[in-house]
Amino acid sequence: MIRFEAVTKAYPRQPRPALADLTLEVGRGEFVFLVGASGSGKSTFLRLVLKEEDPTAGRITVAGKDLGRLASWKVPQLRRQLGMVFQDFRLLPTKTVYENVAFAQRVIGRSRRDIRTRVPEVLELVGLEGKEDRMPDELSGGEQQRVAIARAVVNKPLIVLADEPTGNLDPTTSVGIMKLLDRINRTGTTVVMATHDQSIVDQMRRRVVELDEGRLVRDQSRGVYGMAR
Amino acid sequence: MQVGYLASEVSTGLRRNVTMTVAVVVTVAISLALFGAGLMVRAQAATMKDYWYDKIEISVFMCNEFDTGAQCAAGAVSDDQRLLIRDTIEDHPEVAEVFYESQDRAYELFQERFDTAIADTITPEQLQESFRVKLVDPEEFDGVVSAVAGLPGVHQVVDQRTLLDRFFQILNGVQAAALGVALVQIVAAVLLISNTIRLAAFSRRRETGIMRLVGASNWAIQLPFVLEAAIAGLLGAIVAAVSIVAFYRYFVVDVLKPSFQFTSWIAWSDVLAILPWLLIAGVVIAATASFVTLRRYLRI
Repeated sequence: MIRFEAVTKAYPRQPRPALADLTLEVGRGEFVFLVGASGSGKSTFLRLVLKEEDPTAGRITVAGKDLGRLASWKVPQLRRQLGMVFQDFRLLPTKTVYENVAFAQRVIGRSRRDIRTRVPEVLELVGLEGKEDRMPDELSGGEQQRVAIARAVVNKPLIVLADEPTGNLDPTTSVGIMKLLDRINRTGTTVVMATHDQSIVDQMRRRVVELDEGRLVRDQSRGVYGMAR
Repeated sequence: MQVGYLASEVSTGLRRNVTMTVAVVVTVAISLALFGAGLMVRAQAATMKDYWYDKIEISVFMCNEFDTGAQCAAGAVSDDQRLLIRDTIEDHPEVAEVFYESQDRAYELFQERFDTAIADTITPEQLQESFRVKLVDPEEFDGVVSAVAGLPGVHQVVDQRTLLDRFFQILNGVQAAALGVALVQIVAAVLLISNTIRLAAFSRRRETGIMRLVGASNWAIQLPFVLEAAIAGLLGAIVAAVSIVAFYRYFVVDVLKPSFQFTSWIAWSDVLAILPWLLIAGVVIAATASFVTLRRYLRI
C-alpha cells in the first residue's frame, strides 16, 4: 500500500536530511505506529506520502502509484485515497459537525444524495450521532477529534494517516480514539499513525517503525514504544 | 461541486471581505468608465468624420480682376485658363464631382449668408469664381490640390479638410488621454484585485488546506475566489455602464446636442455598443488577475 525505496529527503540549509535512505513497506490493512523523537522524520514521512513534497532521492509508491511519475493534476485523485488526521483537529470553526464532515465530500463533487446518506453513517461510526448541529467549539477535544476522523474516512480512503492524533487529549479520551482507529483498521483501511504516546503503543501491540534522525532504526511487528537501548 | 454550495461559499466570501470588495468595485468602475469614455470619444470622432467628410470639398478659387500675385498677373482668369483648370480637375481619378460657382452665384450666396449692411457694399466683380470639387475619398486630397494649385488663373486652393483635421487632432488627444488614464486605473484595479484575493486566500487558508488534503481539484479550490473577483469586476463594470449611459443621457443628449447643432452626435446605438465591452472587460480583468494571483499563492 505504501512503499519507500531508498528515500532521502533533504531540505535546503539543513545540515542533515530529514529522511535518509529510508526503505519501508506498509501492506494493505496494516496498522503501523511511527515513533521517534521530534525531528526524527515522522512528519516528513507523512508529507511525502501525501505528495505535499517530493523526495530528494528514491522512489515512493502509494496505492499502486509511483508518486515521482504522478502528474500534478492527478495529485488530488491520490489524496482522495488518503485520510488525514492531525493533532490540532483542523476543523472549520464556522461550520457545524455535519457540515465539517460534508465539506470533504462537497469539495470533491459528491452528489447531495451521497452526502445525505454517507455523513450520518460515518458520524454514527465515530459515535457522534445526535451532535450533527453542534459547532466545533461546543465539543470536547475527544469529540472534535472524532469529527476530524469522520471527515478523514467519509470518502472511504484506502489509507488513514494520523499525525499525533492523541497529542492533545487526556489518556482516557485517547483510548477511545485508538479504539476508533482500530475499528477503522479492522474494516480493511491501512492506518499509519505517528505518535509520542508510549502507553498507547504499548497497549496496542501493533507494528512499530522507529525513526531516529531520519533513519530507520527499528521495524518490529507487535512492538512496544521504546526498546531498552 | 454543487452549484448551490458554490454560490453560498462565494457570497460568504464577498460579505466577509466587504470593504475590499467595495474598493475593487469602485476601482474597476472608475477605470472602465474612463475606458468607456475613450470609446465614446472615438465613436464621436468617427461620427463627425462621416458627417463632415461627406460635406467638405476642395474649393479652387480663380483670379478676378482685382487679384494680385504671380498666377494672377494676367488679370482675371481667361476662358482658356478656366477650361484647362476644369479639364485638369475632371481628369483626376480622385475627383467625384465638380461644380462651377460663378461670380454671380457667389454673390447670391454671400447675400444670403450675410444679410447685413456689409453685403450691400459688395459687388459680384469683387468675388471670385470657383470650382467646388468633391472627392471619391475625402482623405485623398493631396493629389488634387497639387495638380491644380500651380495652374495659371488659380488664385488659391482651399481644402476644408485641413481645418477639420486640427479639430480631429484635439479629439484624438482627448481619446488618448481618456484611454491612458483608464489604463493606469486598470493597472491599479489589477493590483488591488490581486491584493484582495491574496488576503482572501490567506484568511481562508484553513479551508483551502483541508480542501487540498481531501483531494479537491485545483479548480474546485480556486473557483470560489475567481468567481468572487469576477462578481466584483462585473459589479464595477455595471456601475461604469450606468455612468456612461447617464453621461450620454444627461450631458450629451440634454446639453451638448442642443448647444452644438452644427455637427452630428453619437447615437444611442453607438453608446449601447460600448456597454458589452465594458462588462466583458470587467469580468475578464478581475478573473484573470485573481487566477494569476492564486497560481502563486494557492500551490498544491
